[in-house]
Amino acid sequence: MKRHLLSAADLTRDDAELVLTTAAELRSLADRPIKKLPALRGRTVVNLFFEDSTRTRISFEAAAKRLSADVINFAAKGSSLSKGESLKDTALTLEAMGADAVVIRHSASGAPHRLAHSGWVRSSVVNAGDGTHEHPTQALLDAFTLWRHLGESKPSGLEGRRVAIVGDVLHSRVARSNALLLQTLGVDVTLVGPPTLLPVGVESWGVDTSYDLDAVLPKVDAVMMLRVQRERMQGGFFPTPREYSRRYGLDGRRMATLQDHTIVMHPGPMVRGMEITADVADSDRSVIVEQVTNGVAVRMAVLYLLLGGSENPE
Amino acid sequence: MTSVTSPSFLLKNAAILGGEPTDIRIADGVIAQIGAGLTADGAEVIEADGLIALPGLVDLHTHLREPGREDAETVETGTRAAALGGFTAVHAMANTDPVADTAGVVEQVWRLGREAGYCDVFPIGAVTVGLKGERLAELGAMADSAARVRIFSDDGHCVSDPLLMRRALEYVKAFDGVIAQHAQDPRLTEGAQMNESELSGRLGLAGWPAVAEEAIIARDCLLTAHVGSRLHVCHVSTAGSVEIVRDAKRKGWNVTAEACPHHLLLTDELAATYNPIYKVNPPLRSAADVEALRAGLADGTIDIVATDHAPHPHEDKDCEWAAAAFGMLGLETALSIVQHAMVDTGLLDWEGVAERLSYAPARIGRVADHGRPIEVGAPANLALYDPAATRTIDAAESASLSRNTPYAGMELPGRIEATFLRGRPTVLDGKLYSLDGKVA
Amino acid sequence: MPAAPSAQMGRTVLDARDIARALTRISHEILERNKGAGDLVLLGIPRRGVPLAHRIAARISSVEEYDVPVGSLDITMYRDDLRMKPARTLMHTEIPGDGIDGKVVVLVDDVLYSGRTIRAALDALNDVGRPRAVQLAVLVDRGHRELPIRADFVGKNLPTSVAERVSVRLSELDDDGDADSVSIVVPAPEDNGGTA
Repeated sequence: MKRHLLSAADLTRDDAELVLTTAAELRSLADRPIKKLPALRGRTVVNLFFEDSTRTRISFEAAAKRLSADVINFAAKGSSLSKGESLKDTALTLEAMGADAVVIRHSASGAPHRLAHSGWVRSSVVNAGDGTHEHPTQALLDAFTLWRHLGESKPSGLEGRRVAIVGDVLHSRVARSNALLLQTLGVDVTLVGPPTLLPVGVESWGVDTSYDLDAVLPKVDAVMMLRVQRERMQGGFFPTPREYSRRYGLDGRRMATLQDHTIVMHPGPMVRGMEITADVADSDRSVIVEQVTNGVAVRMAVLYLLLGGSENPE
Repeated sequence: MTSVTSPSFLLKNAAILGGEPTDIRIADGVIAQIGAGLTADGAEVIEADGLIALPGLVDLHTHLREPGREDAETVETGTRAAALGGFTAVHAMANTDPVADTAGVVEQVWRLGREAGYCDVFPIGAVTVGLKGERLAELGAMADSAARVRIFSDDGHCVSDPLLMRRALEYVKAFDGVIAQHAQDPRLTEGAQMNESELSGRLGLAGWPAVAEEAIIARDCLLTAHVGSRLHVCHVSTAGSVEIVRDAKRKGWNVTAEACPHHLLLTDELAATYNPIYKVNPPLRSAADVEALRAGLADGTIDIVATDHAPHPHEDKDCEWAAAAFGMLGLETALSIVQHAMVDTGLLDWEGVAERLSYAPARIGRVADHGRPIEVGAPANLALYDPAATRTIDAAESASLSRNTPYAGMELPGRIEATFLRGRPTVLDGKLYSLDGKVA
Repeated sequence: MPAAPSAQMGRTVLDARDIARALTRISHEILERNKGAGDLVLLGIPRRGVPLAHRIAARISSVEEYDVPVGSLDITMYRDDLRMKPARTLMHTEIPGDGIDGKVVVLVDDVLYSGRTIRAALDALNDVGRPRAVQLAVLVDRGHRELPIRADFVGKNLPTSVAERVSVRLSELDDDGDADSVSIVVPAPEDNGGTA
């Protein structure tokens, strides 16, 4: 593994499979009386969140604490974009505190990249979601969830599986990271959405794209629904929420066209009734709650693999 | 040499526009004599073996930041950088604070330039009050002022309202003015951060489509033809824009265009570093666009190279991409980039360089005493350039107050050895000299 | 420890039959010491302690007609040299369903050397539960202890020099040959010596 996890593209297939197998071991920790391992004792992990995300922050916090790391939560209210303290000054503060890893969530694409490569800090940097760029640990937990259901828990078990990622791909960091990571793991990915919500140049991502959800659903082993953010609804990307739901929402009727083994995923938080109906979200196919559980194990694996060993191998 | 007070200089063995070496005598602010084997006759002799004599360069697009952002640049520091880059005249863009939209502000900038003395400063007036794109500024008053403004631009903002653009084009005909348009459709570029491409999609940076520039250029060419005025297109950055300008010229419309050095060399791939040193408006484009710009500059579709020198204080670049300011330094590196991209590639000879960095910009800006061929009787505005030198760009060495050069660490060809402004050296031996003839 | 190249196979000190006999003896000793198999849990330390634990369990159940719970205990995160190398791959931990509280846990490993692995295993065990007693069974004790730790059940005491390496091959894991063996290898100078 590289020293930072900034993009799902940083992970080779071996790296990605190592994260999955490591996470599988760590997941069993949840069943033990003492949910703690000593691997990161004496190490400091800073959760640097410029954007509110209680779910992701708590997940990282639990992961770091279960590995015995010291955790500092740094909620930077207002980034430099809103003329608060600059990313650089915040970084220098963290460096002075002796952070070994900085888990950063930021509204600006590339902010984690800047933090890792500007010489402001020496610590490992983990991208916990940057703007409309990437969210690699979300992709890892999604891959882990897919792997447990479809991969027979063999490292190469996802080879040839088919996954549809549906919705606002244009603004989705989850979609970008998943498209990269799932391809690395040998998955056939199809991005589905209205043409206005698929990025320019998506044809060169090495994935299939489709505007027709109904045609894709019967072919896939998993469907990953993306959230449609409220601000997009006014952006003219589609005429009305109702039309969006009709064309790209996953409801009971569409769910009935899925193969028996196909699972339904959502990175959360869901907009029920928009991209997914309640009966789908609460159905047996839905692994949405399990995704949350798996998030802690995957983030433990990432933190362990980044920080558990020495920086300079002999 | 720590001070020069001599009224006359003899440049020995200078190659005018890269031609046969000859001697040039400068006296009383003009070129007094040209010919082989001239004797000193009391003039200070400057050995110019291997150096090319070029007419003093004229920049049609400079941001000097004064008044308002003296932390980024002042007229004095900006013109020092200009002199070191071989420029004897720069046009100062209007997006200062206060905006250069009145005779008072343009006269202030013009006077500051004269006082500094490194380079003539010709202020550009804003097209609309406060660059707001709502109503015309007092263009006539600026034209009639001591600054004698002929170029008007809302640069940084596009005059996007077609009716307002039409009125501006019509109005400046009264005093032979020209509208320099920053071609950027605002709706198509809301929140835009970099060239729209496969890469912008991958990086999650909002895309800036080529069509946002090309649509405005096409519209403005049509308006210009319709009202019979003069349009200058700032910082053309796409292959499509080159094609539109080429077509307009073929039709005989009065359209001129500029390209910036960085758009002749750098590509959007650099955005993958997320280092905002590469963040600029218009954005760096694809390699194919760079090729098209070079071809357009070579065949004359693009008339001039203008720097779009845009200084920014460190903190405005030392941050995340989306928070950073647009723009990069250009004055001190422009000629080297042009040599590297155009001359060393065989696309342009030194005569062509003189046309595109001196004669043509002076013509467009209606500047009489600059951009004249090196001939006896012409004002002695010229530069001596060593094309065989190489230098590694060090941002810390810039004469600009700012450090935001994208070329830091790059090895570039060529170095300005001397610059003369009306017969007085502003640069000698690569060092700046102030008005009183002392090393600055 | 990866399979040693055949050129370094070295001197075989235990062959398959020796190993089988040693494990049988250990199994009987475990039963005798604990007066039966009632509260026993065998935990192998990955990798080679795990198949050894299963072999001992099989022998015990053939004698006692009772299935001894067997599991594995990964000690990677408890190692005292965790920070000295890049992050190591985790091995599988599997605690038998009834847990270890109040049980007699027999840790099983292939080679006892410095004792650091066992120290880590004791720490790991501490986070899993509270056994009534912990015992240690090893196939080979090669000496050179660096901690006050000793084995309760030893297949063979094997005097070695620090420069030598003890190579244990078990048919469950080392698929290049089906025979079990323990051999002593004198590694080439650049190789660093010693398992466990």
